[in-house]
Amino acid sequence: MTAFRFEVGGALDRDRPVEFSFNGRRLQGYTGDTLASALLANGECLVGRSFKYHRPRGIMSAGLEETSALLTVGRGASATPNTLATTEELCQGLEAYSQHCWPSLRFDIGVLNQLFTPFLGAGFYYKTFMGPGKTSRSWMFYERFIRRAAGLGRASREPDPDRYENVEGFCDLLVVGAGPAGLEAARVASGAGLNVILVERDFQLGGNLLQETVPIEDVTASAWLASRERDLRASPNIRILTRTTAFGIYDHGVVGLVERLQRSPGELDNTARERLWTIRAKRVVVAAGAIERPLIFGNNDRPGVMLASSMRSYANRWAVAAGKSAVIVTNNDSAYIAARDLAKAGIFTILVDAREKASGSMVDAALAADVEVRFGRVPLRAKGRNGVTGLQIGDPNGGHAEIIRCDAIGMSGGWSPTQHLLSQRGVRPVWSDELAAFLPGETREPIRCVGAASGVWGNDECRDSGRAGGAEAAIALGKTIVKPGFPPAGGWDNPIRQHVLNSIKGKAFVDVQNDVTLGDIILSTSEGYDAPELLKRYTTLGMGTDQGRTSAVNALALIAKMRGRQISEVGTTTFRPPFAPVSIGVLAGSDPGQRLYPTRRSPVHNASISQGANMIESGFWLRSQYFPQGAESLEAGYQREMRMVRRSVGICDVSSFGKISVQGPDAGEFLNRVYVNAFKSLPVGKARYGVMLRDDGLAMDDGTCWRVGEFDYLVTTTTACAGKVLSWLEELLETRWPDLRASATSVTEQWAAISIAGPRSRELLEPIITGMKLDNDAFPFMGVREGKIDGVDCRVARISFSGELGYEVYVPADFGENTWNLLLTGVKGLGGGPYGTETLDALAIEKGHIVGGELDGRSTLDDLGLGRMASGKKPFVGSVMRRRPELCNDNRAQLVGLVPVTDGETFEVGSILCQQQDLSGHGLGWVTSAIESPSLGHWIGIGMLNGGLSKWEGRTLLADNPIRGVRYLVKVVSPHFIDPEGKRLHG
Amino acid sequence: MTNYSAFELLRHAVSGRPWSRAWRNPEPKSQYDVVIVGGGGHGLATAYYLAKEFGIRNVAVLEKSHIGSGNAGRNTTIILANYLLAGSTEFYGHSQKLWDTLSSELNFNVMFSPRGQILLLNSSEDVDGAVRRSNIMLRHGIEARLLDRAAMQKLVPHLDYRPTARFPIWGGLLQPSGGTARHDAVVWGYARAASQLGVDIIQNCEVTGFLRDGGRITGVETTRGRVLSKKTAMAVAGHTSQLGEMAGLRLPIESHLLQAFVSEPLKPLLDHVIDFVSHGQFYISQSDKGGMVFGGDLDMYNSYAQRGNLPAVRDVASLAVSLMPCLGRVRLVRHWGGINDMTMDGSPIISKTPLEGLYLSGGWGYSGFKATPASGWCFSHLIARGENDRLSAPFSLDRFARGATIDEAGTGPIPRLH
Amino acid sequence: MRISCPFCGERDHSEFTYGGDASVTFPELDASLEEWNDAVYIRSNPKGVLREKWQHSGGCRIWLVLERDTLTHSISQVEPVRLTISELVK
Repeated sequence: MTAFRFEVGGALDRDRPVEFSFNGRRLQGYTGDTLASALLANGECLVGRSFKYHRPRGIMSAGLEETSALLTVGRGASATPNTLATTEELCQGLEAYSQHCWPSLRFDIGVLNQLFTPFLGAGFYYKTFMGPGKTSRSWMFYERFIRRAAGLGRASREPDPDRYENVEGFCDLLVVGAGPAGLEAARVASGAGLNVILVERDFQLGGNLLQETVPIEDVTASAWLASRERDLRASPNIRILTRTTAFGIYDHGVVGLVERLQRSPGELDNTARERLWTIRAKRVVVAAGAIERPLIFGNNDRPGVMLASSMRSYANRWAVAAGKSAVIVTNNDSAYIAARDLAKAGIFTILVDAREKASGSMVDAALAADVEVRFGRVPLRAKGRNGVTGLQIGDPNGGHAEIIRCDAIGMSGGWSPTQHLLSQRGVRPVWSDELAAFLPGETREPIRCVGAASGVWGNDECRDSGRAGGAEAAIALGKTIVKPGFPPAGGWDNPIRQHVLNSIKGKAFVDVQNDVTLGDIILSTSEGYDAPELLKRYTTLGMGTDQGRTSAVNALALIAKMRGRQISEVGTTTFRPPFAPVSIGVLAGSDPGQRLYPTRRSPVHNASISQGANMIESGFWLRSQYFPQGAESLEAGYQREMRMVRRSVGICDVSSFGKISVQGPDAGEFLNRVYVNAFKSLPVGKARYGVMLRDDGLAMDDGTCWRVGEFDYLVTTTTACAGKVLSWLEELLETRWPDLRASATSVTEQWAAISIAGPRSRELLEPIITGMKLDNDAFPFMGVREGKIDGVDCRVARISFSGELGYEVYVPADFGENTWNLLLTGVKGLGGGPYGTETLDALAIEKGHIVGGELDGRSTLDDLGLGRMASGKKPFVGSVMRRRPELCNDNRAQLVGLVPVTDGETFEVGSILCQQQDLSGHGLGWVTSAIESPSLGHWIGIGMLNGGLSKWEGRTLLADNPIRGVRYLVKVVSPHFIDPEGKRLHG
Repeated sequence: MTNYSAFELLRHAVSGRPWSRAWRNPEPKSQYDVVIVGGGGHGLATAYYLAKEFGIRNVAVLEKSHIGSGNAGRNTTIILANYLLAGSTEFYGHSQKLWDTLSSELNFNVMFSPRGQILLLNSSEDVDGAVRRSNIMLRHGIEARLLDRAAMQKLVPHLDYRPTARFPIWGGLLQPSGGTARHDAVVWGYARAASQLGVDIIQNCEVTGFLRDGGRITGVETTRGRVLSKKTAMAVAGHTSQLGEMAGLRLPIESHLLQAFVSEPLKPLLDHVIDFVSHGQFYISQSDKGGMVFGGDLDMYNSYAQRGNLPAVRDVASLAVSLMPCLGRVRLVRHWGGINDMTMDGSPIISKTPLEGLYLSGGWGYSGFKATPASGWCFSHLIARGENDRLSAPFSLDRFARGATIDEAGTGPIPRLH
Repeated sequence: MRISCPFCGERDHSEFTYGGDASVTFPELDASLEEWNDAVYIRSNPKGVLREKWQHSGGCRIWLVLERDTLTHSISQVEPVRLTISELVK
């Protein structure tokens, strides 16, 4: 427990200290720190507890591969759980908390789980918790405790207070990663004239160069980096995004990036928290580096056990020593560099190499720095509990065991090129036994892995690899440029030795975050869960927030060993997006509900609101449901409005109806094919009610269609189906009947529409409208006329669904409010007023019209009582399919009217119609609408009933409503409750 | 084979004795009474019930990869039975009953957890629809409760009840017996139980063709050799069209892409399964491990890619945050795609085929996981007896030509809209 | 996915609405029930190249026929459905 900060060094701004807190303790770091480096600098080595066994955990890495240091950052509504300390940039006032421990990090009651370790092996829960009893009740009992024990951090319950942004972008080449390879690829490609976006997850460019101590091109790594950065930033055709993670490559070069916008907590500016970039890239160069693998040995999860390269990063970049004396355990050359740098920084360093011998420049450099090297030895077990006190090593068979005292252990089990983005594209990686790594597979995708992501280890070679990748992209996009070759993968002096597993002592973790041990892998394989994907699911290996970054290859190697196969034969698991965890908020963006489903407002919206309308959403439109007077209820309101309409006159905004202009010499023929009834023969100046069927012969939508000119029709649709009908008409015209000279254009937004209904409708319209006569002869029922209101052209159709004298007035949308106000003044003078959709529907129900609930996509024309509308003279869409036997069955559910048997009784929509004793099953039908009719003085309703009127008229059925605990007797009647002869309509 | 129990777990822990294989790993025989193509939940359940209910044990399940590698392991694990239409209500109601005792039936904890499933109601039309739906459920012995806004707020407090909510919550339709189960465990549980009854589970065995004798199917060609069978059954939802084509079947199915999502593990935040269908589609639950598991609509184009695109990801995230605003800071750790067999009416197919000896179960759309027990139950009956039972009779292939489609969504013959 | 609309240029697929299999020939309105059954219900559903309809609903509203691979999503051809429009584009 002796991590500490060096007096000098590191890429830190020591003049700018940063205050932060950890579990309430106030601590200090520097600008340039990550949360993890600052914690280590303060000697905070124990930071969390493990998922299953609540083992003490520290900081294992210095990057995205972190398995252990997951903290909750912030509090209250801004608490962000499961935040990686290793990638979180330290900022002023940052508050970090350990999670998944109680009552405290050091005294966590959850460690009791360790007592039960022998029973808690992989998948133990599949074998127990089933009884007593045979039902799910028992599991429900156990599950409650399991759920409480599981999970890591606690999410805030408050709405996320932050804002997110969304940017669309385009580029020729997207370079992911700004290490030596990425920087060089970006430089070469932009130099050749490509538009380049370079993204880097870190808050500094440089990647591996940030911890490099060896010169590049004869200058120090930091000088080289600075000069490259200066050049790139000066280049006009390159955009550099730091703090930005490319999380997914989707089809056709669409790449998702998340940029974290730097802010201090509590800063009340308007800056968004994160920004989503959707980039369309012609090509992608992945220079995302490689991830070092841990080694598997006993207690390899203890705080103080770290990846060797991360230990080096902390020393070189952040001037933090992970301990005073370190043991580096390895099977490859790269660890010698780490050992050398640690030793040079003054940490007493012993290197334990599983190989019998190794030589070459890296080894020499380590030896020159006074690193003590032990060959032919492997780690067996780490000593210590909340921190490391030593390491037991031995030969690969467990002999020659000895304990080395140390307070930090660095592991290097080889490197895994970061190919997640390529794997997301379904490109299978290829196993290289020589490098003990998966290398990029062949692909036709315009994606190239370069540098360590392609298995190239040396800085110089990575730079060359990036140069070749950048040139390749430029050439592919038509630029003339010399193409350098790609350096071969590899770059070590000595071959890696695949790790050995004999004589492991204690719990050895393969997936540290999910507490999956070597024993779990053995158990799982022996039980037959031996395919990588089965094992992953059975043990949960690789399912944590790190998605198996450090564990996947080790697990595959173990499966291969256990099954006596080669790793290449075992296969891989596929990496899925996102590459790194992405907040759901940034994917959603700002005001996501409205982005997805914008609410639509009628031109009369404001005028309705000013009349006190109660607005309700219907088919994306906000519509006036009713105009309450005082505290009037909906029920009282619609009945008052209905009485008003039937007695005098009312006006209703129907602008949301779909309106489609169908024009052309063949418009009539087209509509003849689309509607079940005839429209070619409809005279100019007339409207007709029509129904369209789908291809399968079932009803799609209804509405009126007006012939306003020889080649000019106006089709109206229900509010909900406007878009669907438009697309349908366009599809028919373009794909099925391209010979028809007709077109369909949406004019919904161009017109405001106001419905006028009631015996005094004509009186209302008379003084307002000019250019048309309104008397019965000049303007009969279903007539369409043109005129002017307040000097503006309008169209009026004499249409009614209420059964009263009625008109629909269409004016250009911009004049909608003016027209509404004129009508409103008039209507009030006649003792009428505005009415809403509730009344609109209720009036139609009294008249026996379908109001929507019956048009459920499952009803036929005959079901709706509209069978007589179908023309026998012409074929139309659905005319063949509607004749299928089950659709012609007399016993189908058909439209009927319903009234209560007992006066004063009510019944509810959704009640099931059935015979009185028949209280189970689907019954005979259901109630689709029900209102209290002020005209009739009792409840009336419409239902769909098997066999319909012809079978049931006059008979009594039960409207069974068990969910409300009620059932009522209803009588089946004709649905035409009001004025069945239509006298008022034609009056 | 060892029984699974707390006692055995203890005994193995103390003795250090290794557990035996969960299911046998036999070589394929040259002949079986029944060959089931597809080692997902449905195929394995069918094999299990064939052996258990009908005593037909000379059965092979052929799987081209490892068991559960298809949709069985890619879904959002939701179980519910709030179906409206004749045929569906009864079938999924039966499935619901089988779920309740499945763990003890299989001696494998499938973690079926009826924590309750809630269909959100966001308008008065939704409430009207829910009255009918809940009445239908109650009249079929499926629990249902209508919750008003206040009750919803008490039961599921973290949804958006603010006046600014884009999707105002009017109430909810609660099916208390709805919930989730551990999808992989269902596969493994059926596999282990079927294997114990003598069924051969053959992994890494891809069917490459059918053997036929005139109009009769007599077996299959596979990558592990020829296998003869008296009866052959297809349970390969996602690839039904491909396999069907090998037999010359022409089917009313399209394959579509459905993505699913899981967040980082969190302490318990959501107990119920929440379904939202008012604008598009969204469903979410929290797994026992703590991840928020959610999904939405299809990507809306035919696909076998098993990976989706960003617009659908953003749409689903948008609904997630709109409905549950505290999810904004929660991070997504993985999203993936499955291949949905979408039929022309959105309901499955359990049917004889025009070819003698060939039986089809497919077209499971969104409903495959919840249907697993009933699907196996009914399909085994069809295979054993040669006729559909009462529960699956409405799902025969000829329903399209007859006009007897079962269209829960009411969207007609457009598969992606179901 | 990116789709090249002949009028509007290359756009995200989310600007378009899918219209299903374009290889289906819809019969005459008064054709036989068998023909209609086939057209409405039976789909070849290939794992590979599929001719399919898309409408540029968020753009010029043209109906297009794409040749798209259902396994890889790669698009090999885009053209307007209506021949007269095809000529117009040329």
